[in-house]
Formats: sequence, structure tokens, C-alpha cells
Amino acid sequence: MSEGATDDGAVVRLRPPNNTLNGRVVGWWRVQSLIGTASVTAVLAVLGMLIDPARTWLLVAAAVVAALGLLEAIVVPGWRFRVHRWEVTDEAVYVRTGAFWQEWHIAPMSRIQRVDTMRGPLERAFRLSTVTVTTASSRGEIKIEGLDHELAAELAERLTQITQATPGDAT
Amino acid sequence: MSPDGPWPSDEAAEASSSGPGAPSPETATTEPPAVDGQPTSGATGGWQKLDQRAVLVTAAVLFSVAAGICLPVLLGLSGGAWFGLGPRGGLGLGLLLGAGALLVLGGAGIEYLNWRRTRYRIGPERVELHTGVLLVKRRSLARERIRSVDLSANPLLRVLDLVKVRIGTGERSGGESTLELNPVSRAEGERLRTVLLGRPTVPDTVHREGVLAKVDPAWIRYAPLSVLAPVLGGAAAGAVMQVSEWFGAQGEVIHWVGDRFEDTSVPVMVVVLILTALIAGMVGALGVWIEVWWDYRLEREHGGTLRVRRGLLTARSVSMEERRLRGVELIEPFAVRLLGAARLDAVATGISHDDGDKHADLKSLLPAAPREIADTVAGRVLRETRTPTDAPLIPHPRAARARRLRWALLIVAVPAVTLVAWGLYFSSVLLYLAAGYTAVALPAAVFFALDAYRSLGHAISGNYLVARSGTARRATVALQRGGVIGWVVQQSLFQRRAGLLTLIATTAAGTGAYAVPDAGESEGLAFAADAVPGLLEPFLIRERAAGESAPDGGGSLQS
Repeated sequence: MSEGATDDGAVVRLRPPNNTLNGRVVGWWRVQSLIGTASVTAVLAVLGMLIDPARTWLLVAAAVVAALGLLEAIVVPGWRFRVHRWEVTDEAVYVRTGAFWQEWHIAPMSRIQRVDTMRGPLERAFRLSTVTVTTASSRGEIKIEGLDHELAAELAERLTQITQATPGDAT
Repeated sequence: MSPDGPWPSDEAAEASSSGPGAPSPETATTEPPAVDGQPTSGATGGWQKLDQRAVLVTAAVLFSVAAGICLPVLLGLSGGAWFGLGPRGGLGLGLLLGAGALLVLGGAGIEYLNWRRTRYRIGPERVELHTGVLLVKRRSLARERIRSVDLSANPLLRVLDLVKVRIGTGERSGGESTLELNPVSRAEGERLRTVLLGRPTVPDTVHREGVLAKVDPAWIRYAPLSVLAPVLGGAAAGAVMQVSEWFGAQGEVIHWVGDRFEDTSVPVMVVVLILTALIAGMVGALGVWIEVWWDYRLEREHGGTLRVRRGLLTARSVSMEERRLRGVELIEPFAVRLLGAARLDAVATGISHDDGDKHADLKSLLPAAPREIADTVAGRVLRETRTPTDAPLIPHPRAARARRLRWALLIVAVPAVTLVAWGLYFSSVLLYLAAGYTAVALPAAVFFALDAYRSLGHAISGNYLVARSGTARRATVALQRGGVIGWVVQQSLFQRRAGLLTLIATTAAGTGAYAVPDAGESEGLAFAADAVPGLLEPFLIRERAAGESAPDGGGSLQS
């Protein structure tokens, strides 16, 4: 029974969720990535200035980190933007995330316990919000990053309404 | 949504307003009963105290702690010469005994205050517990949320006929979901258990109540194979060193051991010592098994509660509401699997795993036992006539095997290449080492890779989703399909190229998620969609045979 679909020779795939994130998320990810790279590079560079015997090695390491970090900041956010998508139907929340490792999360409305909206300082500068959907499973949390904050508030509101209207004890 | 409602926080506010400096037991006693005012059992509005012998227990524990600390110090002071007391030795002894007495009496005094201020009440709606000497802590659990009442008694408590009671709700959030009554008399513990878990029952004619499994002394043969054995062996060796150091005799011990091996070479000595430690560890593991599983029995009680009772010195009784049960996990550690045995754990909500190993024994249903017995018990526990853990599984695609072989090669290659690189740079001895290492590690890694692939499998068996994986610890989980509260599908770039993906069923029970690693892409998704009807289906695209297979996949599942 379970292999029925493949017995027919049908190819089963997950379709991408309907909505993309807000375009500003690319900038946010890029800035985050650059801040990370800059702090590691700075630490290595300062150490390189201070520690004479290991100067060359530390400075080379700093340069390598900076180069890789820059490359990552250029390539990965765009890639992630193409992968990250989300969708909320009346029955479920459906999200695709990742870049190299992709993840699809599906949580039914009847099992959602909590909906949170969060905005970090940097995220706020980009006028973005993160919506977190929590289920009774410790591993079932779903995060939708990089939504326009008005849209995020609306979405959280809507999710809360749907979950409250859906019966079930969520476990 | 908040589990406790506004009630406890009001209470907490009250408590803090009365202030830690002004403890007035009278007002504290009279206030809360006025809230719902229905005395249920006993006097004073149903409020009960813990057993007074709590003080005695604390004193006894502290006495042994004091003795444990003082004795080595004493021996250290007297330098091994027993009580060869000069005037300074006498002073030291006096101080030491004084400190010990202070510890015991002070601890007992604090425990007495604690006991005075600790009260609990089984109300019609809630179980309440008030504790705290300086800061009064008032906690309560809604009775309808209580999912487990576990009793345990260490030897000391058993001598006094006392038990420790843990009342749990199975909420995941925070540590506030468990009330601990430590200690109450055993009769009171049993009473609490029946009162709190006793519920009107739906009689079940097919699946019997009573004993589901009982210990067979022959199962002890699996005990020495547990990972506990080497750990205990190491601990024993460490203990010998530690104790001999207290007596200042560590050097002598090492010399004595050295003398035993005067005529043998160092490698032989190492092997013999390791074997000795291992054998000591195995003996220890036998002892632990006897202590833990003595008189084990698994029962189904009236009212749909599973109860595990076991223990030689420390008697434990773990009760689990069947309502909480979402499945079972059949676990076969490699060595145990070679002997055709397996153990069984419950997959239940409310055994919070963030408490780690402390509560590992709460989910344990069956010790390592012959595989057929484990399967039978799994069927009985789940009330299934066909036991899901024994269901024929769908194997995973060959690509999953290739992946495991590649990992094995990588794991062997990295150290080998490193050794070769160093060997070329420093000394050719390392090259031989690399060759020897590869010769041993490569076949082993390949063997485990193939074994890991053979372990992979998944199926739907009745109401259960069954998934198996692992080689060193092969685990077969049978998860109620209704207990799956979401799916996570993972796919790395490599997996996508190989047409594989990892399915993770999230659940409120057990570890929170159970994975089907490296399933075939189409087959795996169809399986996931079938296992939990309606959840995944709207997000799937079925190409070519889309029209025919979609209703089949979604509808014909109520088997």
C-alpha cells in the first residue's frame, strides 16, 4: 500500500510552498554574515598584530576567513532566498528552508501550540520579523524568517485564530 | 493555554507579599482552604504532612556523608597511624568530630523546619504542595492533567517503610510539572497512586490486564554485554587508585601490580590488566542488573495504566498512563543483537528528555530479553495482535548503501592520510602504523556500513509507523500514526543527486522526532503521506500517474 505510488511508476515530489520571503531578507542575511566574518577576522588580525612568532600564520588565517566569508556573503544569501519559501493553508503550515541542506517542515494547524513573532535589532533595521510556530514536539518548531513585519503580525494573528478555532489537544 | 491558569501566580504574589521575613504558618494554613473550601480527606482541610521520619532519613544520609568525608581526612591527619594522637592530633580529631556533628544536627534541624512547612493536599480539582522555609513555594497540579505517579524507595527508605512519590503531568515546559513528596509512608504512596491514577475504565476484552511480562533470570546473560561493563571496569580501576591514595599506598599498589608481571612483556601486561578490569566490570554489570531488574514485572492495571515494578535494594514502581503512550522503541545494542536479544522502551509523552539520563529508567519497559519475547511484549503493550516491531520492512534504495560505504571510507581515510602525511614528513614508523590501522579499520568500517544499510527500513503496520536504523544501537520505533504531529523532510545536495531523502516524524512523545534516514525520494514521500493521511498530500506533486494515485494514496488507509 505504502509503495503504491511508486509501483505506478509515479514520481512523487514536494512542491515548493507558494510564497517567497520579503526581498530585504537577502540584505539582512548578507549583513549578518559580514558581521560574523568581520568579527572573526578582526580577532585573528589583532592576535596577529600582538603575537609576533605566529604573525604570518594568523594573518594568513585572517585573510582566508575574510575571503571565504565574503564569498559566502555574496553567494549564499541569494541561494537561500531562492530556497526559502512558506505557505499557510487552513490545514497546515508548510515551510522550506536551507541551502545546501534543504528542509521542508509541515505542521498541521490542530497541533500548533504557540505562535510567536520576534524582531532582533538588525532585523528591525530591515523592517523584518520572524514568526515561530511551536508544536508539542520538542523538534517540531517552525521558523519563518524575514517576513515584512506587518505581514508577520498579520500572519501571527491569523495563525492564532485558526489554531484556536481548531479542536484538539495538540499532542 | 497556560497550564496552570492565573491561580498559582496569584498565590505566588500572596506568598511574596507576606514576605520571607514574616513567616506566619497559621495564616498560610487557613488561607488556601478558603479558596475552594472542600476538605476531602483527613483533618485540617485535607492538608497532610510528609512522614515525620524525613528528619531521620536526612540525619542518616548526612551522617554517612559526614563519615565519608571525615574518615579519609582523619586517616590523612593521622598519616595512617591509627589514632596515634599527640595533643595536636586530639585537637584535629575534636574539630573534625565537631564539624561532623554540626553538619548532621544542622542538616536535620533544617529538614525538621522543612518538614514543618511542607504540606500537601489532594483536592477535588488539584493536588497542592506547599514547601519552603524562607521563601514559601506553593505549587499545584490539575488532577486531570496528572499522567504518572512513580514510587521509589532506596534501601534506607525501605527499612523505614517509606517511599518517594513523584507526581507528573507530562508537560514538557519547564521543571514545574512534577511534584515530589519525599518521603511518605508506603501505604500513603500506594493510596496516592490509586487515588490519582484511578479513573473510570472502559473494559477491554481482547487485551488482558494483569502481568504482561515477568523477569526470567536467564536474561541476566545479556547484562555483561551492556556498555556498562567497560565503564564499571574503568571505574573500579579508578577506585582502587583513589582509595590507595587516601591511604598513601598508591605507590605500593603500583609496585605490587608491577611485581605480578615481572616476567612478562609490557603489551601482555596491558592486555591482562584491561581484561581484568573488563571482567571486574562484567561482574559489576551483573550486580547492577540484579539490583535494577530483580523481581521485574510489567503489568496492565485496571484503568489503562502500565506499571513496571522492579528493584532489589531500591524498589521502584513506575506507572504510565496508556493515554500517554504513542508507541514503543525496540533497541538492540550491537552485542546484544548478536545474541538475538532486544530491550523495549516506551515512547510516551511527558517523559521529558531534557532531564537526560536521570529519567532514562522511567521509559524502560523490558530489559534485554530474547527478541521474540520483546516483540510479544511490544504487541501486548500496544494492544496489537500483530506486533508492529516485527513487521516486514521496506528496504531502502542501494544509493543509501553507497552513502554509508562512502562515509566508512571517509572515516578510515582521514586518519590514515594524516598518518601517511606525517610519516612522509617525520618517520617511516608512522607509515607502518597507517598500514596496520587501515588493514584493521577498513574491514570493520565496511562491515558496519553494510550492517547499517541492512538495518534501514520502514513500513506501515496497522496503526503504527515503523522505522528502523542504526548499527551500534539498532532501534526500531513503532509510532502511532495518530501521534505524528508533523513532518520534517531533509535533503542535502548529495542526497538529492542520489534520489534520497530523510523523513523525520515529529511527535510529542519520546525524543520528539523519529527519523527514517535515506529513504527513496518518491517512495518515502508516498509512505509519509500514507502514514498520516491528509497532512502531506496537499503539498505533493505526483507526476505521470498523478490522477490515479492521488486518491489511492490519500483514501485507502483505514486498515
